Amino acid sequence: MVAMENHKAEIKNLSFCYGQTRVLKNISFSIAEHRVTALIGPSGCGKTTLLRCFNRMHDLYPGNRYEGEIILYPDAFNLLSKRMDPIEIRMRISMVFQKANPFPKSIFENVAYGLKIRGVCDKHHLSQKVEEALKNAALWEEVKDRLSCLASSLSGGQQQRLCIARALATDPELVLFDEPTSALDPTATQRIEELIQELKKKYTIVIVTHNMQQAARVSDYTGFFYLGELIEFDRTDILFTNPKVKKTEEYITGRFG
Amino acid sequence: MTPLKNIIRKNKFLDFLFIVLSSFFLLFSLLMLTLLILDLAVTGLPRISWAFLFSFPSRFADKAGILSAWVGTTCVMGVTALTAIPLGIASGIYLEEYAQKNWMMHLIEINISNLASVPSIVFGLMALGIFVYTLGLGHSILSAGLTLGLLILPIVICTTREAIRAVPGYIREASYAVGATQWQTIRDHILPYSTGGILTGIMIALCRAIGETAPLITIGALTFIAFLPHSLLDPFTVMPIQMFNWTSRPQEAFHVNAAATGIILLGMTLSMNAVAIYVRTSFRKKIQW
Repeated sequence: MVAMENHKAEIKNLSFCYGQTRVLKNISFSIAEHRVTALIGPSGCGKTTLLRCFNRMHDLYPGNRYEGEIILYPDAFNLLSKRMDPIEIRMRISMVFQKANPFPKSIFENVAYGLKIRGVCDKHHLSQKVEEALKNAALWEEVKDRLSCLASSLSGGQQQRLCIARALATDPELVLFDEPTSALDPTATQRIEELIQELKKKYTIVIVTHNMQQAARVSDYTGFFYLGELIEFDRTDILFTNPKVKKTEEYITGRFG
Repeated sequence: MTPLKNIIRKNKFLDFLFIVLSSFFLLFSLLMLTLLILDLAVTGLPRISWAFLFSFPSRFADKAGILSAWVGTTCVMGVTALTAIPLGIASGIYLEEYAQKNWMMHLIEINISNLASVPSIVFGLMALGIFVYTLGLGHSILSAGLTLGLLILPIVICTTREAIRAVPGYIREASYAVGATQWQTIRDHILPYSTGGILTGIMIALCRAIGETAPLITIGALTFIAFLPHSLLDPFTVMPIQMFNWTSRPQEAFHVNAAATGIILLGMTLSMNAVAIYVRTSFRKKIQW
């Protein structure tokens, strides 16, 4: 089904329970290295829940249970294992949220924070890394003269790119995007989509989106989720032109959603 | 059209009536407050002088001053602040960030809010038993400061929790998502962003403590002190007790002294409130979600 490429991560029989409710049911698929994998599906289908399993964000709240495995390559760690420290996982896998959530600090501080808690305190090295991250997030030219300004002085799209820079500054192995453009206007959305295309050269990306056109534009692989189940997973061009499951076809042609 | 217009006219009249009534009540309560303060000012203001501020109390009303009272108040408030602030903030952080949400915590939470409404004289009685006698701290500044510290501890805890809770969840998630530990998240984000709210709560709590009289009388504050304390274990008096003492004297001149002390006490409270407002607005300007 999926062409042979290097796997960055492999999801094996993943189930996720919130209290008594089983939100994700027995999900298995692989994430290819240096590719964009999109997770689509109607609201409440569990795509964001799945994304938040990767960096164990669910651990922050009580009453959750993971079953199955998410194996991260090349180390072949099971991210869901009780022995894996969620702090370490989050240091290696970054996340960009639905709503831009910069810290109410300066632009520089926002990008540098991840490095600071990793013990980087050399000023020169720090500013080098911040510049690199801001360049990778296509924000450098707009903010290079005002790095000490508050992040809240930026526009919505710029704030989201700042959050992307914050996620990239720590050289993550995997970058998770949770509907990163749902709060942005079309121009800002386009910039971020172009950015994601650029980023996949360096990083492996998983993106949750409720916008099918966006999935079709930016991703190489797409998984369609419905009611907590993975209905279909395939190369994006195949899934969107020639879906094998009827439910997928109904969703991507807009018959429900 | 006419019936509709009649209805509208009637509704608008009710509107007008309500505005008149509510502004009348507002003016009435403001007037009462102003009268009180004016009365205090007219009686007490002429009495305030450097000599009044820097003299000890005396048998002679015109020679009496409030030096020992305001020094006592300052020392007691210092002890109060040093105990209530760290304990209150730490407890607030623990309850809000670390504590598991189970029935034990629920019980503790309910009791903390209950403690905030316990009459201060009860705290005084408890302090008399524990600080003054059991721990042997005596009728001292230390006992008084600890008593008031305990009295305002629930206020500090509650306002700290509220300020912490006001930090949006997505900021916490942002911090955890870059790999911060819980303590790093609290130290680098939650505390700095809630400082304005926490400081406001501390100021309000201290404003309450500065005017407390009953618990300090209970633990044996003196009413006549003609020396300055050399250590925290020395006896003391505070401004409200000095006032209370003077108002219970028959001579008119002492009542003037009490009014003057009241003005100074009011000035202290108001300036603390002003600091609280300044701190809150300056922090709010810096932090926008």
